[in-house]
Amino acid sequence: MTGDTNRTDVLVVGAGPAGIAAATAAARHGLKTIVLDDNPSAGGQIWRDAIANPHAKKEAARERAIQSLRASGAQLLSGRSVFAADATGAVWAAREGGPQEEFRYQSLILATGARERFLPFPGWTLPGVFGAGGLQALVKGGYPVAGKRVVVAGTGPLLLAVAKHLAEDGAKVVRIVEQAPLKRLMSFAASLATNPAKLLEGLRFRPRAPYSTGCWVTEAIGATEGQKLSAVRISGGVKTWSEPCDLLAGGYNLVPNTEIAELLRCAFRGSFVRVDDSQRTSVPHVFCVGEPTGIAGLDAALVQGEIAGLACAGKSDAALTRRAAQGRAFADRLEKAFALRDELRSLPHADTIVCRCEDVPAGKLRDRLSWTDAKLQTRCGMGPCQGRVCGPAIEFLMQWRPVSVRQPILPVPMQAFFPGTTAAESAAQTETESIEERV
Amino acid sequence: MPETISVTINGAAQHVAAGTTVAAAMLIAGQPTRVSVSGERRAPLCGMGICFECRAVVNGIAHRRTCQIQCEHGMTVETNP
Repeated sequence: MTGDTNRTDVLVVGAGPAGIAAATAAARHGLKTIVLDDNPSAGGQIWRDAIANPHAKKEAARERAIQSLRASGAQLLSGRSVFAADATGAVWAAREGGPQEEFRYQSLILATGARERFLPFPGWTLPGVFGAGGLQALVKGGYPVAGKRVVVAGTGPLLLAVAKHLAEDGAKVVRIVEQAPLKRLMSFAASLATNPAKLLEGLRFRPRAPYSTGCWVTEAIGATEGQKLSAVRISGGVKTWSEPCDLLAGGYNLVPNTEIAELLRCAFRGSFVRVDDSQRTSVPHVFCVGEPTGIAGLDAALVQGEIAGLACAGKSDAALTRRAAQGRAFADRLEKAFALRDELRSLPHADTIVCRCEDVPAGKLRDRLSWTDAKLQTRCGMGPCQGRVCGPAIEFLMQWRPVSVRQPILPVPMQAFFPGTTAAESAAQTETESIEERV
Repeated sequence: MPETISVTINGAAQHVAAGTTVAAAMLIAGQPTRVSVSGERRAPLCGMGICFECRAVVNGIAHRRTCQIQCEHGMTVETNP
């Protein structure tokens, strides 16, 4: 591979809370530190910056963290998509319209965050159906929802935080639909009381909307065939009803972004990257922090990030180590409380699209034996998202473990490799590439 | 009042606040970002650069993730065919 080489002591991938904390700690101890991030600005998903919202106050914790990062001397490079990595100490990133860049590190800290889990159901490809965090991100990006009727549905503490945010932006949150049964939520909430620092943002700020537990959305209904959402069908097992709405914000908790860790052949613990008390993975010089090690939220991400940054400088802090252990226990409780119910497996009909990139319906997957078989026979998971959306859904629906990750882990324009290529040629190539990789 | 940016979406002028992402501008304009391989009109799903449902043609370049790009003056955006 060609391109610029940047050498650094510590390379952090991801500028969410975990990555910011890691980079700040490493740079403060005199290590040359570079942070790469895919987004236009730092903060990750939970600290995504909002525009055009007169009610939005700058989040104090985010502002402080970003200020500390700047003051630490770490270099933040936004708009960089990491598409390849190897264990000899190199990572490659693509930038919009530019040549690829190579980064060489002494220590690598993976802070790649998490994404929402989406489960397919009839109508989920209609315009007006968004992820829960997805709609929140789009609103922060300038999409106005004032006056719109929104159903927030799925599972996890994120639903309440999203409902609160949408209500602040003027949306009419007509119902929050949580698939976990009330009994499990109550015992989860009770467990939080013993650990007040972990109190969930969403549970504290429950908006004034009906909260239906033990219920789930079975169908999104368009006003006319294939057009704009007009209602969702909700089931509580015995009872079902229609809820008129303009938008659906739906997601089934979070799944970790572990593609780079997989490329580097880090050892896993279930779906998560296995780390020791210093956040070291099984691969020398590679650390992992935040959600890829277990979905534990903001506080755990900050603690783990700082631990890894200190470890790069040969330091440790016993208090941080104790807090990290509490975070891991919290992650386990969270996972149990919001475990997915079996009924969700029967939501897709034979003609319901499962792979949105390649439009593969559920009916075509039923007779397939494995992920590889499904890819070869149906092209499921072989579009531009490379199975990031349908992969976690299929793992739940079919119990197929994902197959190995290959680079480039994102579609990369040919321009990145051959800077002479025109944009149009490059775009044509991008399509070809995304089709050909990952059999 | 924030500064206003003018872009062209599928041939029609659209004015948005500075900092608005191209994905949000297409939602405001009521235009799909792309047409799927079986002909469905699609709009953004994840809002964070993962799902690729928001890819559209921006300034003549196809398959750009519009949720990761902010609107700029004079930008032309079209539904990805």
